[in-house]
Amino acid sequence: MSTGQPAVRLCHLYPDHLNIYADRGNIAVFQRRLEWRVLSLEVVEVGLGDPIPSDCHLYYLGGGQDRDQMLVAEDLVQKADPLRHAAHDGAVVLGVCGGYQLLGHGYSDADGRRMPGIGLLDLETTAGSSRLIGDVVLDVTLGGQTRTVVGYENHAGRTHLGGGCTPLGHVRRGHGNNGDDGCEGAVAGRCLGTYLHGPLLPKNPWMADTLLGWALEHAGFGVDLEPLDDELEAAAHGAAATRAGRRR
Amino acid sequence: MPSLPQGLAASAARGAGRLSQKLGRGGGTTIPGLLLNRLRPEATAEMALAVPGGVVLLSGTNGKTTTARLVRAALDASGTRVVANTAGSNLERGVATALLNSEGAELALFEVDEAALPRLMAQTRPRVVTLMNLFRDQLDRYGELEHLVDRWRDAVAELDPAATVIYNADDPAVAEIAARHPNSVSYGIEDPRVGRDRLPHAADTTECRHCGASLHYEMVTIAHLGRWSCSECGLARVQPDVRATRVELHGLDGQRLAIATPQGPIELSLRLPGMHNSYNALAATATAVALNLAPETIGPALAKREAAFGRAERTQIGKVKVTTLLAKNPAGANENIRTMLLEDHPLHLLVLLNDRTADGQDVSWIWDVDYELLLDGGRLASLTVSGDRAYDMALRFRYAGLEPDRLSVVPSVPAALNAALQSSSPTGDLYVLPTYTALLEFQAVLADRGLVPSFWEDR
Ligand SMILES: [Zn+2]
Repeated sequence: MSTGQPAVRLCHLYPDHLNIYADRGNIAVFQRRLEWRVLSLEVVEVGLGDPIPSDCHLYYLGGGQDRDQMLVAEDLVQKADPLRHAAHDGAVVLGVCGGYQLLGHGYSDADGRRMPGIGLLDLETTAGSSRLIGDVVLDVTLGGQTRTVVGYENHAGRTHLGGGCTPLGHVRRGHGNNGDDGCEGAVAGRCLGTYLHGPLLPKNPWMADTLLGWALEHAGFGVDLEPLDDELEAAAHGAAATRAGRRR
Repeated sequence: MPSLPQGLAASAARGAGRLSQKLGRGGGTTIPGLLLNRLRPEATAEMALAVPGGVVLLSGTNGKTTTARLVRAALDASGTRVVANTAGSNLERGVATALLNSEGAELALFEVDEAALPRLMAQTRPRVVTLMNLFRDQLDRYGELEHLVDRWRDAVAELDPAATVIYNADDPAVAEIAARHPNSVSYGIEDPRVGRDRLPHAADTTECRHCGASLHYEMVTIAHLGRWSCSECGLARVQPDVRATRVELHGLDGQRLAIATPQGPIELSLRLPGMHNSYNALAATATAVALNLAPETIGPALAKREAAFGRAERTQIGKVKVTTLLAKNPAGANENIRTMLLEDHPLHLLVLLNDRTADGQDVSWIWDVDYELLLDGGRLASLTVSGDRAYDMALRFRYAGLEPDRLSVVPSVPAALNAALQSSSPTGDLYVLPTYTALLEFQAVLADRGLVPSFWEDR
């Protein structure tokens, strides 16, 4: 049911292996929010062994089970150069959960085994002894605006940022990157990572539109995204924030 | 606390259960066992050993309540005196509570939570263990599926070699675990007409357990279940010992199955809809065969059973026929959708989404359900969403493409039911799709209106 001219080309990395935290929902949000503005999204799926195109405007990496994430990591590090070039040229990159960890330097588990990352974000993840689980509320500044972002986290990894990136948000409710420093996610330029799923974008349409705006700009469209009727999204966002406050 | 003598611990625990019932705190299906396990941790093992015919455990992500009821029906028909736990009390405490009432029983039959199964296998030393399926469910509660698979594998390795393992040959993860056991009986679906040729979105087990290569599916029945083989190492589904050679689905009215067993064929008219219930009937048949019941006993007994609590129940409210289909994970929800699409009228839905402990607090799973199928061809006439996470479900459908004028968000369940009844009054059919705790809430609303028995009276 795609309408309008193909405006944004999205590269969905490993849809068969990294898909367990409602990643499909984030893709659907990108697609519908373009369609509702009579633009369209073209999705390029890249699996194990497939080359990564360098001419996409938006790259998405979701979360998977440990075993799938390991398979993906070994494949991704060998072929990540086109992704690095695209990010360098201004393409948007979004990693969620396992995808977030893969965008960093690597993940070390409790037995000292190391899963490599591609180093697009200057961060390091180590396994914790417990999982950090629950509702999250963040204050996020992107594109000069600060808003509240809501989501759900469930991760064993403890992520610490280096000097080459800044936190995506500051934690009002929840654990965040490591449960200690009050930070969640990471940003460097247009490359973003976060543990928030549930999925992330339906209840945070402002964030979806910010990323789409960047992707459109990279695609050479000088369009301002017209506002949509986000009444339902706003109600869902408000309900999630209220519940997160109550659960504490 | 030191362990109390068995008689004393047992009577204290029974007393606590009666007190709880008197105080109106529920049916007492878990409190006595919880207390007993504190007072005398070895009590479960001792009581299990005292059941003369031994213990049967059934476990899997989906279908264990229905399957336990089907096995129970076959055992009842054979005149066997059975002690069993009830729906919703399938952890250690529920099993201990049931065993407190096992005097005079010849056999114990327990449906068991998949995370509790390894510990209960060690405690009760079962004669038969039925391993039904493993789907991704409630990630926040169980951790990752892989971990559960490993724990099941370890538990089966520790099992007495003389015990019988019944297993679903169509589930690659379960089959790989069970096939290692020396004494096993497999079951599965053989009828190629009911299968599809590709896996659904976010299927759980798609890699070979031996070599890690991608599995090839000649036929997919539900989620990752089907006729699978490894393209690299040759590991493959075996032909099941108990198999459905013909599956005829008749929408919500039920189905007919032709089942081959080592003891002879069974022609079964089942009053339970959907292919998930074909699997439940096969699991029950295989378990009953392993308990030496005859095909002539099993078939008629299974045919009499109605759906278990909340699984395809029908209630008449005024002029509207209300069908309740429980779903708490993508595999179950997708099966419900396929079943509803076999009906030929426009669909009016009331979806109830909660995120309490028994539902799973992470509602991401709703994005793995193919709700889009309901929108194809305009089949979905109206949708009312309710429950703790009503807005999450509303957004799921908004981004699936549902027009806003067909969608109502009504967080309160009684008000949502009224709204949904009103929307569905033109056709007179309403489907209610709740998660587990939402089902309990919904049944309480119906009970308030004098329409169904309350939960712990369910048998
Ligand atoms: Zn293999």
